[in-house]
Amino acid sequence: MTYVPHNAAERRQMLDRIGVQSVEDLFSVVPERYRFPEVILPKPLSELEIMAELREMSESNMDTQHAACFLGAGAYNHYIPSVVDHILSRSEFYTAYTPYQPEVSQGTLQSIFEYQSMICALTKMDVCNASHYDGATAMAEAVIMAHSVARGKRRKVVIAPTVHPEYRQTVRTYTQGMGLTVTGDETLENDLEALVNLVDEDTACLIVQNPDFLGRVHDLSGVADAVHAKKALLVIACDPISLGLYKAPGDWDADIALGEGQPLGSPLSFGGPYLGFFACKEEYVRRMAGRLVGQTVDTQGRRGFVLTLATREQHIRRERATSNICTNQGLNALAAAVYLAALGRCGLARVAQLCYHKAHYAAQAISVLDAYDVDLATPFFKEFIVRCPKPVAEINRGLLDYEIIGGYDLGQVYPELEQHMLLCVTEMNSAAQIADLVEALEEVAHD
Amino acid sequence: MTEPIIYELSAPGRCAAHLPELDVPASELPPASLLRDDLDLPEVSEVDLVRHYVHLSRMNYGVDVGFYPLGSCTMKYNPKVNEDAARLTGFAHTHPYQPEETVQGNLQLMYELQEFLKALTGFDAVSLQPAAGAHGELTGVLMIRAYHQARGQGQRNQMLIPDSAHGTNPASTVMAGYEMVELKSDARGNVDLDDLRAHLNDRVAGMMLTNPNTLGLFDENLLTITHLVHEAGGLMYGDGANFNALMGVAKPAELGFDVMHLNLHKTFSTPHGGGGPGSGPVVATAALADFLPGPIVVAEPCLFDLATGQRLERAVEDYDEDEEEGACRRGLWYRLQMPRRSIGRVKAFYGHFGVMVRAYTYIRMLGAEGLKQSTLDAVLNANYLMSILKEIYPLPYDRTCMHEFVLEGVVKDAPGVRALDISKRLIDYGIHPPTNYFPLIVTEALMIEPTETESKATLDAFVEAMTRIAQEARENPQLLHDAPVNAPVGRLDEVRAARNLVLRWKRE
Repeated sequence: MTYVPHNAAERRQMLDRIGVQSVEDLFSVVPERYRFPEVILPKPLSELEIMAELREMSESNMDTQHAACFLGAGAYNHYIPSVVDHILSRSEFYTAYTPYQPEVSQGTLQSIFEYQSMICALTKMDVCNASHYDGATAMAEAVIMAHSVARGKRRKVVIAPTVHPEYRQTVRTYTQGMGLTVTGDETLENDLEALVNLVDEDTACLIVQNPDFLGRVHDLSGVADAVHAKKALLVIACDPISLGLYKAPGDWDADIALGEGQPLGSPLSFGGPYLGFFACKEEYVRRMAGRLVGQTVDTQGRRGFVLTLATREQHIRRERATSNICTNQGLNALAAAVYLAALGRCGLARVAQLCYHKAHYAAQAISVLDAYDVDLATPFFKEFIVRCPKPVAEINRGLLDYEIIGGYDLGQVYPELEQHMLLCVTEMNSAAQIADLVEALEEVAHD
Repeated sequence: MTEPIIYELSAPGRCAAHLPELDVPASELPPASLLRDDLDLPEVSEVDLVRHYVHLSRMNYGVDVGFYPLGSCTMKYNPKVNEDAARLTGFAHTHPYQPEETVQGNLQLMYELQEFLKALTGFDAVSLQPAAGAHGELTGVLMIRAYHQARGQGQRNQMLIPDSAHGTNPASTVMAGYEMVELKSDARGNVDLDDLRAHLNDRVAGMMLTNPNTLGLFDENLLTITHLVHEAGGLMYGDGANFNALMGVAKPAELGFDVMHLNLHKTFSTPHGGGGPGSGPVVATAALADFLPGPIVVAEPCLFDLATGQRLERAVEDYDEDEEEGACRRGLWYRLQMPRRSIGRVKAFYGHFGVMVRAYTYIRMLGAEGLKQSTLDAVLNANYLMSILKEIYPLPYDRTCMHEFVLEGVVKDAPGVRALDISKRLIDYGIHPPTNYFPLIVTEALMIEPTETESKATLDAFVEAMTRIAQEARENPQLLHDAPVNAPVGRLDEVRAARNLVLRWKRE
């Protein structure tokens, strides 16, 4: 089974034209003792057979369309309007590559330009790039950029303990060869005030997440001023859906805004592909990583779009580039653009409000249960912390019997939050699902 | 042909999404100090939205539109069944933090894909986490760094990189905190061995080598190179962007590479998505396996109850065949595990699972023979094109190529014509241009990679277009300078775009 079209006669003609006897003759440069090794793989399958096998494999999973999902923690179960996947399935979009030839890539280029425009509007930032791999790598790139803005002279990065744990790990992986000190996240006791106090003359940036990893929403008034007083940058990571309701990073005077763009039209897909959105103030655009689409005109004066400021990028600047990123998340950025355009001004606000009201309703209902505690006093968006009567893994195992995917076990990351679960409620969770959750939680507490 | 910006189609009150009513009592909203004032997103109807994007799609060129010989990018046909596979509900709608017992299907697929990639490359271990080729490179260089540090060789901080390398190689090296040292190529397009020898010392951490290289040439001294680098205490990083030339032909681990990335979006037929998502798994030898990023999927034997299919909490060693007959079966249990001395995770979660499903589908459909046939035909197609086109355009390195080759985009007796002009004129013939001006060691480079999925008829049509363009270059070069004329827009003013930055739509 292959996708090669040649028949034997065509192969013969081509070999004759080249002037070799057999196609194997083209490989004489490969050291003979290693040439044409045995490769052991399962035998080839037809389309029908592979789909049957994959269907069975996929159906052995529990999925969020058959079970009620109350799991978030950085990947979110949101509704994706039908139009999104129909547009992504236009193969003129998905079988193209990086738009190096703008005359035949206006579809990709204009849709990225629109994506940039909508992300800027959403975050209230000046400029936005064409995407990073995910929220975590966008944050790592923000650190590299802040280090570069400080001309490599500031070697400290202050990061809130309530930033997504995997983002913090990714920042540390990326920067391990750079000689930076990443600090601030040693204990959950480091609140905003403590973090701001850690920012000094050697600090490149302060990174906070809002809503934070625990779902809580913070008033960030004064944070930017304090950070800027030390000539450091303020980086705010956020859930884009929350921006349908809450103040944007630009409102808090962030220098860089970033986050996981998956909630904007990309399915959960077991963790990827997602996209990292990344926006900043205009003064830093030349130190930004990634692709940028700019507007221009063609030879006849018609509006058109091209990749611009390519001199920041690896294919031009090589070892002096702002980043090594090349392939990005183009199709996920297209999904985000279509999603934002489909929902629009009213729709995104509506989704955010549905999440807010349902999450608060669920939190209230769970707080009534004797065996569980919920902190209703701290403002939160769509996720909240529930203290459980026994280990979270046990609760979750019990919930599976009710076809409910339970919350994230916070004790894995924060020792002080052992037996605490992070529950997420979105517009996908009906009143009936929430009622089932509350009932099941009550049951599993006593099992 | 121009299409309005989505904001220009907007009118107050429209919405293309159909959302449910709130079915629980509303709660009090947060204080105004936390709430945003405006949200400047477009407001469009569903039909206008769909037409807008259909119009934009028609201004785009993809593999499904026509021949796309973009060198180094392996723009092969993307089988449609891959798309169906990735959209299966059980794959597309699973959360990465679900309990492992609810995602055994996903973990099995990842585990088997890991095994397939090891079988094809000859390596001992693999991490599927890196998101793209450049991400895999950064991963590999960080692993090499961790390896040397663990052996008390932290002074090794130089990476040798040939001048023909992708720009990502030096950029990844610097991100990892290393210095890069550029090596010259020789007259046959190989790494210059004298230059290599001159740069080998105890500060060398390793060498990044693309093989076949970006000229499409298999290095004739490869075994000497890997030997020399290893002898000097360095490690060999393989840039697997060109692995489409090697499936079933050679295993990079046997050729002396220590760590390497693969591009699932090139070699393994997953679509390029207009710039991504890709996927850049990293394969490594046993010596480097512990440093891989993770988590990765491991499998262990375990017992299942035949009646319920549930895993039994007992070790397989305890299993007594006679006693339990009919009640249990042996199988594999899959779980996620962080390698022992991992450099850490390089992104959130486990990698681009949706891309892995597509690559897995492709490998299972082709099998070992089909993958080898793909490589053979990719090399056949490239050599066929090269054998004809070298009579029309200069071929700076004239020897059997692998899956791609590089011409000089110049025409004798047409001094004003450049590679860019030839590329733009190809657009008028309905063909996507090759990669231009790369690799940097060829003047006016045109890097041509036909891939195995193109028919002889398509290749002959490309030859015909290139032949006519050479003729036009001599007889009427203005045709080339004015090209394209059959595209949605003419040549675009890139200087103006960079000088007068307009990076977002603004209301007039």
